[in-house]
Amino acid sequence: MPRIAYAFPDEVLEHVFSFIHSDQDRNAISLVCKSWYEIERWCRRSIFVGNCYAVSPVMVVKRFPKLRSISLKGKPHFADFNLVPEDWGGYACPWIEAMASAYPWLEEIRLKRMVLTDESLELISKSFKNFQVLVLSSCEGFSTDGLAAIAANCRNLRELDLRESEVEDLSGHWLSQFPDSFTSLVSLNISCLGSEVSTCALERLLAGCPNLQSLRLNRAVPLEKLVNLLGRSPNLVELGTGAYTSEMQPDVFSDLSRAFVGCKQLKSLSGFWDAMPYYLPAVYPISSRLTSLNLSYATTESPYLVKLVSECRNLQRLWVMDYIEDSGLEALAVSCKDLRELRVFPSDPFGLEPNVALTERGLVSVSEGCPELQSVLYFCRQMSNAALVTIARNRPNMTRFRLCIIEPRKPDYLTLQPLDAGFGAIVEHCKNLRRLSLSGLLTDRVFEYIGSYGKKLEMLSVAFAGDSDLGLHYVLSGCDNLRKLEVRDCPFGDKALLANAAKLETMRSLWMSSCNVSFGACKLLGQKMPRLNVEVIIDERGPPDSMPESCLVEKLYIYRTVAGPRMDMPGFVWRYTGP
Amino acid sequence: MSKPLEHDYIGLAAASGNPSMEKHTEKISSPSSASSTLSSEKENSSSLNFKETELRLGLPGTDSPPLPPSERKSGSGISLFGKDLQSSHNSTDTNANNGFSSSSPLKNTNVVRAKRVFSDAIDGSSGKWGFSVSDKKIGSEADFGKGASFVKPPLVAAEASANYEQKSIKDGGIVQEKKKPQVSSVAATNEHGSTPPAAKAQVVGWPPIRSFRKNSMASNSTKNNDEGEGGKAGYGCLYVKVSMDGAPYLRKVDLKTFSNYVDLSSALEKMFSCFTIGQCSSGGLAVKDGLSESSLRDLLHGSEYVLTYEDKDGDWMLVGDVPWEMFTDSCKRLRIMKGSEAIGLAPRVVEKSRSQN
Repeated sequence: MPRIAYAFPDEVLEHVFSFIHSDQDRNAISLVCKSWYEIERWCRRSIFVGNCYAVSPVMVVKRFPKLRSISLKGKPHFADFNLVPEDWGGYACPWIEAMASAYPWLEEIRLKRMVLTDESLELISKSFKNFQVLVLSSCEGFSTDGLAAIAANCRNLRELDLRESEVEDLSGHWLSQFPDSFTSLVSLNISCLGSEVSTCALERLLAGCPNLQSLRLNRAVPLEKLVNLLGRSPNLVELGTGAYTSEMQPDVFSDLSRAFVGCKQLKSLSGFWDAMPYYLPAVYPISSRLTSLNLSYATTESPYLVKLVSECRNLQRLWVMDYIEDSGLEALAVSCKDLRELRVFPSDPFGLEPNVALTERGLVSVSEGCPELQSVLYFCRQMSNAALVTIARNRPNMTRFRLCIIEPRKPDYLTLQPLDAGFGAIVEHCKNLRRLSLSGLLTDRVFEYIGSYGKKLEMLSVAFAGDSDLGLHYVLSGCDNLRKLEVRDCPFGDKALLANAAKLETMRSLWMSSCNVSFGACKLLGQKMPRLNVEVIIDERGPPDSMPESCLVEKLYIYRTVAGPRMDMPGFVWRYTGP
Repeated sequence: MSKPLEHDYIGLAAASGNPSMEKHTEKISSPSSASSTLSSEKENSSSLNFKETELRLGLPGTDSPPLPPSERKSGSGISLFGKDLQSSHNSTDTNANNGFSSSSPLKNTNVVRAKRVFSDAIDGSSGKWGFSVSDKKIGSEADFGKGASFVKPPLVAAEASANYEQKSIKDGGIVQEKKKPQVSSVAATNEHGSTPPAAKAQVVGWPPIRSFRKNSMASNSTKNNDEGEGGKAGYGCLYVKVSMDGAPYLRKVDLKTFSNYVDLSSALEKMFSCFTIGQCSSGGLAVKDGLSESSLRDLLHGSEYVLTYEDKDGDWMLVGDVPWEMFTDSCKRLRIMKGSEAIGLAPRVVEKSRSQN
C-alpha cells in the first residue's frame, strides 16, 4: 500500500489547510501528527482566545508566527453586571506589545471585555502597516485620544467598532484625524460615545469612503443631520441613528424618508434613542427590506412600535423594549414569519409593579407564530411551566434561550410551583440548545434535567436557584459540552465542585459568586489542579490565608490555563500559591 | 476545633447583631466533621465518586478517612445526601418538593441555601448547611419546601422580607432566605450590603442589564421628565466609580439611590469603613463592635479623609457645596482622599461657584 501521505509536500498540505477556517477544525488538524501540527501552525492566520489568561502572548506568538487576526476576551461575563471589581484585569497591553513586535502584518484585532489604554491604541496604529479591523466590545480604559491615533495612522482601516465600550470622551475632534486621502472605511460604530462628534468631519469622512456599509452613530447626532449623512452613504447596509427625535417638521420627515429610500441596500436599523412616534413612519417605505431592527432604546408606546414591526415582514432579528407588550408580540408573530432572534428588554426593571402589559403570553405567541425562532432573550415578570412547555414544544429548534424573570426565585404564577418542569421541557425538546439562562424559582430538579438533556449546552447562567450541591453536580457531570458556567446566589458548594474538579479542565471557565464554596475547597482545588487558576476575589476581611478554611468565598473564578498564575493579579484577587 | 473568630462575613450583622453567624460556622468549620459526614453519606447512598477524584475536603496534611466504594447511580439520579436526609425527614407529604414525581430521592429536600441571612431568632442548633447531614433538624427544614404554598415576597421589599424571615423561623423551619446581604440600599451599595431596608433596595447586578444600557436609559428617563411626557419609567441609575486612597479596589455606586448628601456619605462610610479602621487583615476585625457610627463619621469628616468628586469639566471638587441635583448631574467619579491632599481644593470650589453665579 503506497504511503501516499508521506509523499505530500508540505506546500500541498498547506494549500489544503488554507481552505479550512473554523478554529475547531484547525485545532483538530494540528492534533493529527507532528508534521501536520507544524504545517498548520505556520499557516494559521486567525486565532480566537476565549480567555486571555488561558494562554500567554508569548506562547501564542511562539506557536503561530504568521497571524493576521486575533480575537481576545478578558473579563468574565458577569463583569457586565458589576459583579467584578474594577482593576480585576483583562489588560490588552501585554498582548498588543507582543503582537507589535511579532506580527508586523497583523490586520485585525477584536477585543471583548478588556482594558485597553491610549498607549496601546497608539502602538496599534503605528506597528501594523496594513491594519484593517479594530473591534472593541465592552472594553474600557481608553479615551478619544487613542482613537485619534487610530484615525490618523491606520491608512487601510476598514472597520472601527466600539460597541458598548466605555470611552473617556475628551472631545469629538478625533474623527477629524482621518486624513483627506482616507477611503477605506467600511464599518464605523461610535454609538457608545457620549459627546458630539463634528458632523462636518463625519460628512467629510463619508464622502471619502464610498464603500461604507455600516454606520452606527451616537446619540448626540441629531435627526436633522442624519439626512445629510445618509445622502453621503448610499451603500449603507446597516444604520444606527442618533437621537431619533426632533420638533415635528414635515419636511424633515419627508427628507428622512427619502434618505432611507435612497439607501437601497439598507437592511438593518438601530439607534432610535428617544424615538418619537411622529418619525417612526419615515421608515415604512423601506420596512419590507429590513431584516434587523434594534428598537431597544426606543421608549415609544406600544401602538407605534407594533405598527412599525408589523410592516417589516422580512424581519429576522428584533430587539425591542417591553413597551411592545403582549399584543405587539402577537402582531409580530403574525407578520414576521422569518423571525430568528427576539430580545425584549425591561423598561422599568427596578420598579416593584409591572408597568407594561408584557407577560409570558407574548413569548408564547412568538414561539407559535415564528417557525425560525432560535434565539431568545426575554425579560418579564411572570412565567408558568405551562408556557415554557408550550414554547419548548413549539420551538425544538431553539439554540439560545435566556429568560429573566425579574423577581428572583419567583415561582410559576399559576401553580406556585418551581419552574423546574418548564425549563426541563426546554432542555428536553430543544436538542441543539447551546445557551441557557435560568430564572425564577428552581430546585435541584431543574439541574437534573439540564444534566440529562443538555448535551449540547455550552453556556449556562444560573441565579438564585437550586437547593444543594446536587444541582451543581448534575450540571458538571451531565453537560458534556459545557464551556462556561456562571452561577450567583445558589447554595452550591465544595462537594460538587471538588467531585467534578476534572470537569473544570474541560471548560473555559466557572464563575461562582455568593455560593457556598469555602476557602478550604479553593485551596485544595488550587493545590491539586495546577492547570486551573482558582482565583478568589477577596473582600474586606483580608486574604484567605488568614481565614479559617471553612469560611466561604464571596466570588470565585476558575479557569483552565496553560500559562500558570497570571502576573497581573490585583491585591484583591487571591490564588493558592504553596503548601 | 474551637470556634473560629468569624468576622461578620456579610456585614449584615451590623444591622442585626448575629450570634447565629458564629454558630453556623461551627457546622462547617471543622473539616474533619465535614469529611466524616461525607463518609457517613457514602455508606448510606452513593455515587458522587469522591474517591476517584481523590479530592476531599480535609485539613491540610491529613487524609480524610477512605471512602467506601461508591454504588452505581440509579437512573433517577444521584443521591448525594438522599437517604440520610430522607431518614431524618418527618414529613411524608407527597406534595412536598413542589409536586414532582417522587422518583428523585431528594424529593423532600429543600436544603437551606442561604448562608448569610440569619436573625437572632434562629436556633443555632438547627443546621443550616446541606453538609450537616447529621443534623436531624434538616428534616424540619424540608417541611418548608412545600412549593404549593410557597410564595415569596418581592426581594425589593427588604423590610417585608425581614419580617417574613422572622415569621417563618418562628414556625420552626429554616427559611429559604433571601439574599438580603446582596440587597443594596441607601445605606450601602456594597456587594455585601449590610443594610437597614431602604425605599429602593436593589440586588447588585440583578436584573442582569449591562451598564451601558442602564446608563442610556437613565439619561433617557430624565430627558423624558424634562419634556413633560409624564416621566416614563426609566432605569434611573447613575453609576460612578468610587476610589479611596489606600483601599485595595474601586467600587461603583449608583447616585440615584441617594437623595441627599447625608445618605451618600453614610453609604460610603459603610462601604469603606473597614479600610479606614486600621487594617482588616486577619479577619479578626469586627466593624460592628467597637466603632460607632459617629466615630466613623468623625474619621471621615475629620482631618483624616475628605470626599471629593470629579465634575464634568474634569475638576476635582469637594462634595457638598452645590445643590444635590446639580451634584448628581455633574459628578463623574468620587474619590475619598486623604485630608492632606485635599487642601488645594477649597479655593477652587469657591472660584467655580463664583464663576457660576
